[in-house]
Amino acid sequence: MFVLERRASPSRAMAITSPILAAAGMIITGFFLFTALGKDPVEVFYLFFIKPLSSAYDIGELLLKTTPLLLCGLGLAMGFRANIWNIGAEGQLTMGAIAGGGVALWFGDSDSSWAMPLMLIAGILGGMAWAAIPAYLRTRFNTNEILVTLMLVYISQLVLSWLVHGAWRDPEGQNYPQSRGFGDAETMSVLVDGTRVTWGIVYALGLALISWVVSQKTITGFRMQVAGLAPAAAAYAGFSEKRNIWIALMVCGATAGLAGICEVAGPIGRLQQQISPGYGFAAIIVAWIGRLHPIGVIFGALLMSLLYLGGESAQMGMGLPSAITGLFQGLLLFYLLAADLFITFRLKRVRPVERIEPTPAVRLEKAA
Amino acid sequence: MKNMEHLEIVADTKPRLVLTGITKRYPSVVANEDISLSVKPGEIHAVLGENGAGKSTLMKIIYGITKPDAGTILWNGQYETITTPSQARRLGIGMVFQHFSLFETLTVWENIALALDERVAPAKLAAQITEVSQKYGLPIDPYRLVHSMSVGERQRVEIVRCLLQEPKLLIMDEPTSVLTPQAVLVLFETLRRLASEGCSILYISHKLDEIRALCDSATVLRGGRVSGTAIPKNETNESLARMMIGGELAVCTLVPREPKEVRLELQGLTLPTSDPFGTTLKDISLSVRSGEILGIAGVSGNGQKELMAALSGERLCASGPMIMLMDHPVGDLNPAKRRELGLTFVPEERLGRGAVPPMSLAFNALLTGARKGMVHKGMIYPTAMRGFAKSVIQRFKVKCGDEQSAASSLSGGNLQKYIVGRETMLEPKMMIVGQPTWGVDVGAAQLIRQALIDLRDQGVALLVISEELDELFIISDRLAVLAEGRLSPSVRPADTSIGQIGTWMSGKFNEPAHAADAVTPLREIA
Repeated sequence: MFVLERRASPSRAMAITSPILAAAGMIITGFFLFTALGKDPVEVFYLFFIKPLSSAYDIGELLLKTTPLLLCGLGLAMGFRANIWNIGAEGQLTMGAIAGGGVALWFGDSDSSWAMPLMLIAGILGGMAWAAIPAYLRTRFNTNEILVTLMLVYISQLVLSWLVHGAWRDPEGQNYPQSRGFGDAETMSVLVDGTRVTWGIVYALGLALISWVVSQKTITGFRMQVAGLAPAAAAYAGFSEKRNIWIALMVCGATAGLAGICEVAGPIGRLQQQISPGYGFAAIIVAWIGRLHPIGVIFGALLMSLLYLGGESAQMGMGLPSAITGLFQGLLLFYLLAADLFITFRLKRVRPVERIEPTPAVRLEKAA
Repeated sequence: MKNMEHLEIVADTKPRLVLTGITKRYPSVVANEDISLSVKPGEIHAVLGENGAGKSTLMKIIYGITKPDAGTILWNGQYETITTPSQARRLGIGMVFQHFSLFETLTVWENIALALDERVAPAKLAAQITEVSQKYGLPIDPYRLVHSMSVGERQRVEIVRCLLQEPKLLIMDEPTSVLTPQAVLVLFETLRRLASEGCSILYISHKLDEIRALCDSATVLRGGRVSGTAIPKNETNESLARMMIGGELAVCTLVPREPKEVRLELQGLTLPTSDPFGTTLKDISLSVRSGEILGIAGVSGNGQKELMAALSGERLCASGPMIMLMDHPVGDLNPAKRRELGLTFVPEERLGRGAVPPMSLAFNALLTGARKGMVHKGMIYPTAMRGFAKSVIQRFKVKCGDEQSAASSLSGGNLQKYIVGRETMLEPKMMIVGQPTWGVDVGAAQLIRQALIDLRDQGVALLVISEELDELFIISDRLAVLAEGRLSPSVRPADTSIGQIGTWMSGKFNEPAHAADAVTPLREIA
């Protein structure tokens, strides 16, 4: 028989191994699932994990999808480290897209060199403004940020829907709910010819580096980490909780907003009703897979991006349902949470108690 | 005469409980190694040892909470493998824990009904509670809500809960830390009465006076092993301490000196609690001067937590003369701003408040020491941080790997030395210390007390809140008592007695001194 026993101190090795175990668990479960469905698991895995990496164009696609995941994941990880549970990066991304896209539409077909920087700034500010709502409500009324950020996701999507059905609808768009296409100066330039990957990935990697410096080397990062690990110690040291909440939500609003504008000004090229297949939510898994560490988040975002592409490729190649992507994401998170248990606990075999014959007349007899 | 009969019972009968070769290993420590012990019916048996000596683990094994790796338990001459507390209760073993497990929003009888293994009609149970509590001199009202009761009264609920099951063996884990000296005497009467009826008692403590006053026999533990057995009445505090710590007790001395200017002053501090079961601070006035230690006695739960939070700034109040630090009104300043004025602070919870458990000692230096050159333009300077941590480790003899060890890897005593050291080396003008030696071994406790006295001699003003009366009598220039959120006047230790402080601890500040003296302090009985 085995029992779980708390480790003397959390295992560092296990913290790093756990995502790898989770990925292995996901693949093994997938193997059985596809066999049961009568599909050749080897072929599914080829379509899922190899094909999306088999050409320069495909790798470009991988990096393209990595961009929003990485941006949102970085912002979320910063908040999660400080115990601030923003789960509405999807909404902040949508608002960033709306604000940045609005600027792009205002410029129209102008080829002003101001257009792109202003769009990026507007995207960032849009995301921040959306994240400011839960920050204000939490610091002023102690409102739960999980609920507020989540509800704001749906509001932002309805705002976008209202705009593309109404004021911003393309008059020549045959009534499709979408805006005009952005002009050339309002579209991000491609990083490598022959792919669709934009400068967004460079911003994202740069921000990962900055985020690493902030979290590891600055007093601000330290304060937020203390707030997450031991809130009472943060209060004892006099670190302001409100300040941490504002920083965490503003940072995530900014990165998610940037992700939103990078999407609409990049591969999409216009505002439309559907701009994200749930990047903001998938980024929650990305942050955890990456152990809330900026460098880890890069790997988490790459893996999650691969799951998106692999899911599409499996849908097209084998006619598997689109739910397959969600299934794999869910499996990954499920196994990760299970494996994480072993960071603080370990399995111990229970041996039967050794029986030692009592020596009668214990020392007390003498004493009495 | 009564005592004689009592001893006869002890001498005559077969042991009720015999432990042999009990061993329990944890990943980082061997908690119990080859422990043997025997208790007879009607015997009050002390289990004496420092914090971390393995007393609690051993009791948890007897009560079926923890499973031993090796060893046997012989109960009334029969081998038993006790795997759950309810099995232990069926055998007739009861345990009163150091930390109570009562629901504050329920009444006494409801709490007791929850813990009973069989169903009893409420009216009948209430009658039983009244009867048992009267019989053993622990009167409680079964219909009272637990949150309205003092800590001492809650302990009665726990004891009565055990007694209702007519235990043959009662385990008491450090029962007196929550009691006033007078209440301790009442508890001892109850325990003696129980023993005279044939109930065995295992009495866990590190307080030598108590053990000598109460117990028939003692098993002393050190480092998880039995380091000796004794008849406490025939021993002195010194000889018991030698068995317990394996060496001589060092002594602290307080050389009288004249205090200088006022560093901290409270004038009529009144602060309603934010926790529905907390204590409201009522009209507290005090002052602490440079070069003196003001000790605040009292049982925890009488406003200690609230007073600490109000002084440190973790709980803010209005600005004004209510709290003056270095002549500044600081009521509305947060802890960081109060630290800038020269305040440092050692909280009673070490892990999670005074230190961040998974972080290294170096980063834990940064927690409060940022202004000591560890941060420049927002960037952390690791060299300065590590250097500071190293010097704390060295000066305060902290036993640890190095400054990169996680705070959670240190023992309670060593972590407390580190925190006291850190707050000391921040060169405070005013230092507030909560429960300086809670859960700390004797050696470390001595070092910490000496460090506090040294600070006082350097002209720092200190306010020490502690439950250990003996400690406060040693290190305080003046003593006051916090009871039910009110603060007594302060007195010099030489001008008061344990009896008077004990009366004050129950909230009776106006009792004349001679009435208080009628209670014989424990140390004099022993």
